[in-house]
Amino acid sequence: MLSIKNLSATVGDTTILRDLSLSVKPGEVHAIMGPNGAGKSTLGNILTGREGYDVTGGSVEFDGKNLLELDTEERAREGIFLAFQYPVEIPGVSNMEFLKAAVDAKRAHHGQEELSSVEFMKLARETCKQVRMDQAFLKRGVNEGFSGGEKKRNEILQMMLLEPRLCILDETDSGLDIDALQSVSDGVNAMRTADRGFIVVTHYQRLLDYIEPDFVHVLAKGRIVKSGTKELAKELEAKGYGWLDSEVA
Amino acid sequence: MSEFQQQALELARQQQAPDWLAPLRTSGADQWAQAAWPTRRTEQWKYTPLIPLQKTWFNRWGEPDLAQAGSIDWIDPEASRLVFVNGRFAADLSSNDLPAEVVRFAEAGPEQRALIEQHLGQVVDSERHLFAALSNAWTDDGVLLHVPAGQQLSGPLYVVHVSTPEAEPTPAGQRLLIVLDSGAQASVVEHFASTADSQSGFVNSLTEVVVGDNARFRHCRVHLEQEDLIHVGGVHVNLGRASHMNGFTLAQGSRLKRIDYQINHRGEGAELVLNGIYLPRNRQLVDYHTNVEHCVPHCTTSETFRGIIGDSSRAVFNGRIHIHPDAQKTLAELSNKNLLTSDRAEVDTKPELEIYADDVRCAHGATVSQLDPTALYYLQSRGISRLEAEVMLSFGFINELLREAPEPALQAWLRRHLNVLLGRPEQLTRHLDTGIEDSLS
Repeated sequence: MLSIKNLSATVGDTTILRDLSLSVKPGEVHAIMGPNGAGKSTLGNILTGREGYDVTGGSVEFDGKNLLELDTEERAREGIFLAFQYPVEIPGVSNMEFLKAAVDAKRAHHGQEELSSVEFMKLARETCKQVRMDQAFLKRGVNEGFSGGEKKRNEILQMMLLEPRLCILDETDSGLDIDALQSVSDGVNAMRTADRGFIVVTHYQRLLDYIEPDFVHVLAKGRIVKSGTKELAKELEAKGYGWLDSEVA
Repeated sequence: MSEFQQQALELARQQQAPDWLAPLRTSGADQWAQAAWPTRRTEQWKYTPLIPLQKTWFNRWGEPDLAQAGSIDWIDPEASRLVFVNGRFAADLSSNDLPAEVVRFAEAGPEQRALIEQHLGQVVDSERHLFAALSNAWTDDGVLLHVPAGQQLSGPLYVVHVSTPEAEPTPAGQRLLIVLDSGAQASVVEHFASTADSQSGFVNSLTEVVVGDNARFRHCRVHLEQEDLIHVGGVHVNLGRASHMNGFTLAQGSRLKRIDYQINHRGEGAELVLNGIYLPRNRQLVDYHTNVEHCVPHCTTSETFRGIIGDSSRAVFNGRIHIHPDAQKTLAELSNKNLLTSDRAEVDTKPELEIYADDVRCAHGATVSQLDPTALYYLQSRGISRLEAEVMLSFGFINELLREAPEPALQAWLRRHLNVLLGRPEQLTRHLDTGIEDSLS
């Protein structure tokens, strides 16, 4: 489904990713761990085509298409979703309007008709329940004045409504209390199906107790230095990231 | 006297106005003739040169094609309305059965005439407002709305001014006088529209309002004319004791568009909410000048103007609140925020507070910003196109003010037309038009 080969990328003059390769097949959950500054968030930004992040080498294929040629919005409509570490507040635009615009854009891209307001409201309310988010948040401005947990729930709500093929969760566990972590993880787990892939970026092993990965990769200095199963995450938790330095060198 | 001043006086001479309006017309003409023509050194016109007006030659009044004007998109087709086309009353386009409280100057009875003579030209200070002097000189017809004490006008009244092309550039005057006696209530929408074709006319509009003690006045004024049209207009209001005004205004730009709001708190405890939106684009200009005078204690002003300035357009905002020595316990807030959506767009903003009383609570501020790239990326990462994301962010910027517009029909209409107002050709705002906000409430 996703095939990253020898990807290098810069932000400004700084090289962040070096020769990174990763392959995600449908149904798989890949966790990417690593110390601060390893390039974990950059990967999500590159895969979604954020401005200011430049690919200097390598290739990314998504369902047989050259992903790097597509605009941010086209990637989203093709089925790539990034749950932001810091979801953006947009005052004045109601969450409901925003969600409907996103769903409509995707449906139009796939030749489907727009949902009527009534149909969409029903869908949005049901999905709200699944992520245990109060429906009042649909009326408010996008993420406006939401707590950390509410913002992350809203990300998962969007993910559920957009039904992406590949979900990238960028430090979704940061700033979450146990309750929010539980409902966010429940949402993710409910979406684990045989035809959907996940990349779960996290600093801590804790999240992986809730979302069990098939593979764990360690990212350091812009490249994957070690891959393994979920046991690797436990090892990292116990030993920290320092012991990997010798292997990177 | 400038050439344009002479032309304008010649135009006044061509009119055939009722005799009883002669005193107003004469004094207006005198003031107009004696006034110094504004230059760039005139503070009130510093950022808004009158060159487009001087460059256009106005020889005669219009003889509009009334039928053509019927093609405009009415804001609320069901509401009572009076329609003027290039300054001429269009009976066929207006409501058949207008409320009894409404009359044209041309058809005013003796009592109404007395009321007009008492107030017309008295709320506005035509010494300070040059184009009010011209409006006085040009007054041949107009609309009076008079709501007697304790009564309420049933439903909103729309006064629609449509501009249509003529063989040569034509001027048009628009005059509205509203008198709410004590405890009266009314909602008025002034809609300035034009047919789509290019037209280099000039609209000089003037609205005067007397809001009596304890009266409640809701007022919307939207300026949506085609961009070649020149419009200079003013709204002048006296607020009585414990009266309330909720005002909303919106303007697209044009070659020259200048709107003045002058609100006088004359009675203790008056409350004013005034919100405005301006949306110039292409090479247009919009200039809003507002001046609120707090002459007496215990009055409140909440004024918020926001502008989205695109392409190579320019906006001017000058908002002044003047608190006189006696106006203790005043609460006044003035906020102006601007969003520039292009590198070539420009805004000149000047919020002013002048305070001569010591026991007041006042705040004022202005900001200028651009579309937030992180917010754009966030929306795009959800599949929303760049253009649509820009419209959504722009909409978000002004939505709060739209929501507070006193007439729901106008709110809905503006939402529907938002893409056009923001200069977007495609139907990018379809999700804003689905009644989602309504169905949520």
